[in-house]
Formats: sequence, C-alpha cells, structure tokens
Amino acid sequence: MQQIINFLIKNKTFLLFLLLFSISVFLTFQSHSYHKSKFINSANFLTGGIYKSANNIKQYFGLKEENEILLEENNRLKSILFNVKTEELKQLYSNKKTSINYKLITAQVYKNSYSATNNYLTINKGIKDSVKQDLGVITSKGIVGIIDNTSKKYARVMSILNTNSRINSQLKKSDHFGTLKWNAESPQIVQLVDVPKLAPVAVGDTIITGGRSTIFPKGIGIGKVVSFQLDETENYYIIDVKLFNDMTNIGHVYIIENLDAEEISTLYNQDE
Amino acid sequence: MNSIATTHIIRFIVLVLIQALVLNNINFLGFINPYIYILFIILYPIKNNRLLFIFLSFLLGLTVDLFLDSGGVHAAACVTIAYARPVFLKSVFGATYDHQTIKFSSTDFGQRITYFSIITLIHHLILFSLEIFNTSKIILILKKSLFSSIFTILLCILITILFSRKNK
Repeated sequence: MQQIINFLIKNKTFLLFLLLFSISVFLTFQSHSYHKSKFINSANFLTGGIYKSANNIKQYFGLKEENEILLEENNRLKSILFNVKTEELKQLYSNKKTSINYKLITAQVYKNSYSATNNYLTINKGIKDSVKQDLGVITSKGIVGIIDNTSKKYARVMSILNTNSRINSQLKKSDHFGTLKWNAESPQIVQLVDVPKLAPVAVGDTIITGGRSTIFPKGIGIGKVVSFQLDETENYYIIDVKLFNDMTNIGHVYIIENLDAEEISTLYNQDE
Repeated sequence: MNSIATTHIIRFIVLVLIQALVLNNINFLGFINPYIYILFIILYPIKNNRLLFIFLSFLLGLTVDLFLDSGGVHAAACVTIAYARPVFLKSVFGATYDHQTIKFSSTDFGQRITYFSIITLIHHLILFSLEIFNTSKIILILKKSLFSSIFTILLCILITILFSRKNK
C-alpha cells in the first residue's frame, strides 16, 4: 500500500498529464460522432454571449451585402407571386391542412467556420424560440446544415462542411439520389456519393435535396455538378458539387421545421 | 507574486478572446489559421508548480475548444506541450536552465526561435492529427500543420518583440 502511494506521489505529474490527455481525447472522439458533444460546444451562455457581442459590431460591416441578398430574394419571390393567378393562391390558402407542412424561423449566424474538418455554426435562436435538434438550416440560395445542439438562447448547426454530415440529395432532372458528404478539401466543393451508374449525370446539372429525410423538404438547391467519376467498385458515381451558397460568408439563415417529422419517424420506427 | 498571477490571468483571457474572435477568422488561403494562444504556455514562468501549469494548459485548451467547437483537440495538444516543456527547455537552453531564472526577453534570439518552433510544431501536429484523425489524409495533416506553424511562429515572435518591456 505504502509503495502504491509512493508511486502515485512520485509520478503525479505524469498521471495528471495522462488523466487530462485522456479526457481531451475522449471529448475529441465524442465530437466525431453526431449528437454526442453535449458539453463542449459553442451554444452555451458564455461563448454564445461573447460571440453575440462581437457579432453586434461585425454586423454593421455586412449590412450592404445582406441588403442586396434580401432584395434579390424579395425580387424572386415577388416575381413568382405576380405570375401566379389569384384563384390558385386562394386555393392554396383555403386548404391549410395539406399545404402547411413546414414552419420557418429566421436566425442570425454568430459564428461560422470552414477551415477545420468538422465545422459548426452558432446561431442566435435556441430552445426559447422552439428550435430543436435535427431541424434543417438553409439560406435563400441553398442548404447550410442541420442543428445538432441547442441551449436556451443559442443553437449549434452542423455545417455541410463537416465530415460527419450526411444529407440525402438527388439530381434535379431525374430522381436518382445519393448522399452528400464532404472530404474536407475545399469549402466550395462537396461530394455526392452513392449515385447509381445508370443516372444521367452531366457537368452543370443541378443537385437538390431529396425528400427522403424528414429534415429538408424536397427541392432545396444545393449546387452544380463540376466533375464526376466512378468509385472503386465502378457501380456508383462520386460527384463533385459546387455549392450555390458561399459557405464562407453567411449572415442570415432560415430554420426549417417539418411539422410532420414526428409522425413520419414513428411510422419508420414501427418497422424496426 | 500577485502581479505575476494577474498578468497571467489577463494574458489567458486576452489570448483566448483574440484567438476566438480575430485569428480564427483569418483563414488565409482557405485553411491557414495561426494559433497564438499557446504563447501562454510558451511564456509561463519556468519556476512553477508543474501540476498547476499542466492543469491551466488543459483549461486553456478546453476554453479554446469551447469557442471553436472542436471537441477536445486543443486541450489534448496543450496538455502535451505543457507536460513536455521541460524537455524542450533543456534541449534548447542547456541543462542548467532551471538554475538560472531565465527571462525569455533576455535569451538569445536564435535560441528563442528554436524553442518557439519546436513547441509550435509539436502542438500543431497533435492538433491536426486529432482533428482530422484519418491516416489516409496524412498529407493534409502535414500540410496544415506546417503552414499554420509558420504563421504561428512568425506571429508569436512578433508579439513577444512588440510587448517585451526590456529596452536595450
């Protein structure tokens, strides 16, 4: 017993080092799997608060650009609105039960990163604003990511520029779908994998979200095909997709809540 | 003694804030960021309580991790360089470094650069290996650690020169 205590005292520095090192490695491994990094994330009151005050200043420098983006989007929506006949609109509003499946919440990005291999964004809406895990996040141009952690006032978004991110997406012109991943090389290019060889892929094709998950509605723009090749098995394509969004410059985002998500997931869970 | 503690507490906070709010948005060429918060570990007094020092380094790394959403990679890298610092000090400044109370500002410039470079390189190598954690991307790990190290070393040396109180 005496010897054990002596040993502990003699090697206390090394043991402390070992303990702290294993804690950090443990935290690292946890962060490599989705939904598990509960404690170490920037959606807490301290880091969220600091990012908030920094963002209050930073916001002013991007006002002009933000305005232009909003104008552009307004313009697009107005042109759709004016070209739709009023009867169609009335019809759309009259059967509310079927048409309203998605709820949108606006939010502002406080922190964005794109140089690491697992990138996250911090936004200024949290549980208080009924933001939950697994909601989709988009901008007016395309998708941004999925919410993976929330606190009272802030939420953390797992960016599509994250090696853990998997998003169901498909070609716009045909219904061939695949999984959107990122190989951590360029913040503009993501990879669409597992698209069958039969799919008619061409450079310049548009990639949109597939409606197969409960997170994103079908048809949100992702990007354009820049190049494609077959994988090792020669049965599936690996497609390089250039994002519509400039992931390095994101100001305002929309959070999408699928109001039927619970119903759909209970349906799937019955199978298991 | 008290003023030294205050200096270090202020240094800790300032370095973390600068790292999180300014330096992490540089993204030079898309992926190069300096990590100058390790200046806290580099410049920590040589005569110290090692247990406290290692624990403080862990806390420093963890705080940076909180801001950058990186799990525990910064904490791991910081703890390692803090634990191994006496070895680097001995190899760079000679075996008698702990008998004389070295002031970093009064050491030889070349020695100082070597010391900074060793610590920075090891820190970055551990940092990026854990962050990417994929043996098939070893080139990416080496590329990132090399370029970020150069940036970090340059900035660290500039900062120590700018903020050194000694006037020749």
